[in-house]
Amino acid sequence: MILPLGSAGPLPALALGAAFGFILERGGLGNGCKLTGQLRLEDWTVFNVMFTAIIVAASGLWLLNLAGLMTTADVYVPQALLGAALAGGALVGLGMSVGGYCPGTSVVAACSGRVDGVVFFLGLIAGTLSFAGLFSHLEPRLAAATPLQASTLQELLHVPGWLVILVLAGVAIGVHKLTSRRVVV
Amino acid sequence: MASATGDLHKHRGPGAYWNAHLAGALLGLTLLATFVITGHGLGASGFTTAIAARAAAAVAPVSTASNAYLGSMVAEGRNPLNAWITWQVVGLALGALASALWARRFDWRIDGPTRLRSLPRTAMALLGGVLAGFGARISAGCTSGLGLSGSATLAIAGFVFLAGFFAAGVLSGFMLKRYWQ
Repeated sequence: MILPLGSAGPLPALALGAAFGFILERGGLGNGCKLTGQLRLEDWTVFNVMFTAIIVAASGLWLLNLAGLMTTADVYVPQALLGAALAGGALVGLGMSVGGYCPGTSVVAACSGRVDGVVFFLGLIAGTLSFAGLFSHLEPRLAAATPLQASTLQELLHVPGWLVILVLAGVAIGVHKLTSRRVVV
Repeated sequence: MASATGDLHKHRGPGAYWNAHLAGALLGLTLLATFVITGHGLGASGFTTAIAARAAAAVAPVSTASNAYLGSMVAEGRNPLNAWITWQVVGLALGALASALWARRFDWRIDGPTRLRSLPRTAMALLGGVLAGFGARISAGCTSGLGLSGSATLAIAGFVFLAGFFAAGVLSGFMLKRYWQ
């Protein structure tokens, strides 16, 4: 395959990161009130931004595959360790409702002058060190979980990728229609 | 986009946020470009892990080298910050700063639950960070690396992460609702 380019250099990393940070800030995702507003179901910005991004990127990857330029095997797909993904996701969700952010958005918050974003970021480092300290106790449980044979939804459900993307788009549009009256600006 | 920049000339206050679907579409294209250029997605908690490993190695080199999780990251004098994710998060910070300054949104403050004072807000930010930092190591990825980038590859783990994230987040979000107006 022609793609991916396989670049590991600092300049693309800086440029892609800068676009990421600019878009998150412009989308309001450095604002803890908006982020936690999603978890109180008062503001659907987080859901709308994330699901639109997932659908756009997934459609692009699907098109590149169709064009024969890049297959799923050429990109990094995380292993399906479901218990770990569920437990970790729950703790990150709890961390957002308590502290206002997630790791990436705390950097955005800090860079718009929010001191609580800086503090949250320091908390992330403390949390990582706590995990490292307890790792010898946690490792047996994490290692005991065997990953699924399938790593993607289309492999698991034996359906084409475009169908998964279409269903996701349907869910995103449906949720937006149901909730668009409740969006707080 | 036009209204966000147009507002700057009309008002002295901060510019408006982008429409969520516009921001999402641009974020999706940035993520797609990241996959095409590097073969992997965008992230964040890989950087905090690298900082944690580097700081631990500086403060307690012996116990860090023997730690089962951090040891391999600092083995043979390796610097865990010498990684793609460091540059990407430096870019993230610069992009966010540029956007905040440009939109006149940069303002030093302690944000958080509107009905709490600064000290409890800061304590909650710290606790939330600890929980999220710990959680992101259990799932080996955070909202960016696993929830967003993983789900874009239609990875089961990405959607399972998001299910746990929204379930626990909404449950605790409602429990903490009284601290917000």
